[in-house]
Amino acid sequence: MRLLRFLLVGVFFGIVMTKSEAISWFRIQEMFRFQSFHMYGIIGVAVVVGVAMQYLIKMFNLKNIFGDVIQFQEKPKIYTANLFGGFIFGLGWAMTGACPGPLYVLVGHGHWIVLIIILSALFGTLVYGALKSKLPH
Amino acid sequence: MIEFISQPWHWSVSGVMISLVMLSLIYLGQRFGVSSSFKAICTIGGAGIQFEYFDNDWRKHDWLLIFVVGSIIGGVIASTFLVNSEPIQISTATINDLSALGISYPKTSEEGSYFLPTDIFNLEVLKSLKGIILIVLGGFLIGFGTRWGGGCTSGHAIMGLSSLQFPSLVAVIGFFIGGLVMTHLLFPFIFSL
Repeated sequence: MRLLRFLLVGVFFGIVMTKSEAISWFRIQEMFRFQSFHMYGIIGVAVVVGVAMQYLIKMFNLKNIFGDVIQFQEKPKIYTANLFGGFIFGLGWAMTGACPGPLYVLVGHGHWIVLIIILSALFGTLVYGALKSKLPH
Repeated sequence: MIEFISQPWHWSVSGVMISLVMLSLIYLGQRFGVSSSFKAICTIGGAGIQFEYFDNDWRKHDWLLIFVVGSIIGGVIASTFLVNSEPIQISTATINDLSALGISYPKTSEEGSYFLPTDIFNLEVLKSLKGIILIVLGGFLIGFGTRWGGGCTSGHAIMGLSSLQFPSLVAVIGFFIGGLVMTHLLFPFIFSL
């Protein structure tokens, strides 16, 4: 039951990613070429509404499904890693035209080639795990 | 209803819907961040035996793996029932720029996919250097970069920026520098291969 809820949110996410066209390689190219407002509009609205949601949750000490007051974890302040890791992800984002969420959704669309992108991403994750102590954070 | 959902969505509608996904996950006691699924899958695959980074309980992320399965199912449902056959309105400037690189944007849905340039993203092209760079290296950089940077678009750009976290802003700036360097400086070279 607990996991079924996450399955449903995932299904909703897959539909939203498709209908927002954020899974389109062409939309991502348009974004990185500053030739359309579409992706900036989506991310901008999501963030502005998200800021309002998180602000209201904190202001009214709203509770989650378990009845616990919702707390937001601070992201670790690893600025070197944030910047360099972010840069490397950005290269891959432009190449494949997809970030991790859309990769999975594209598999649902029957684009089997994306499974190879996901396998490569798993290998990249593994290599990061192996090199972690040698990288600046 | 189906007809209503099937029409193209305005970007503002899409933005609100994405924030609702985040809100749902927060309400269910979790947070939004898809790239952590890669780590959990590596852990399930036994990577923890070799590398300490993966030596943890993946069950803490079981919800995320189920979410990921859901998003694949969502893709199946959307592609079967909710996609209209009209082309996505990609800007003419982008279509022209891409055509200069040798990538065509399909005029009809029979001609190709509006989501992925299938003349590059197909199994045949994996035999070429260009295909290996875009698909295999591209995927590798996504996995490596998201773990090093501590998240992807969902975890940093949506969840992190929404809670006004400075590390997320730094990461998002990194994403964009990477994307711009790839698109404007490296694509002309890669596509000439």
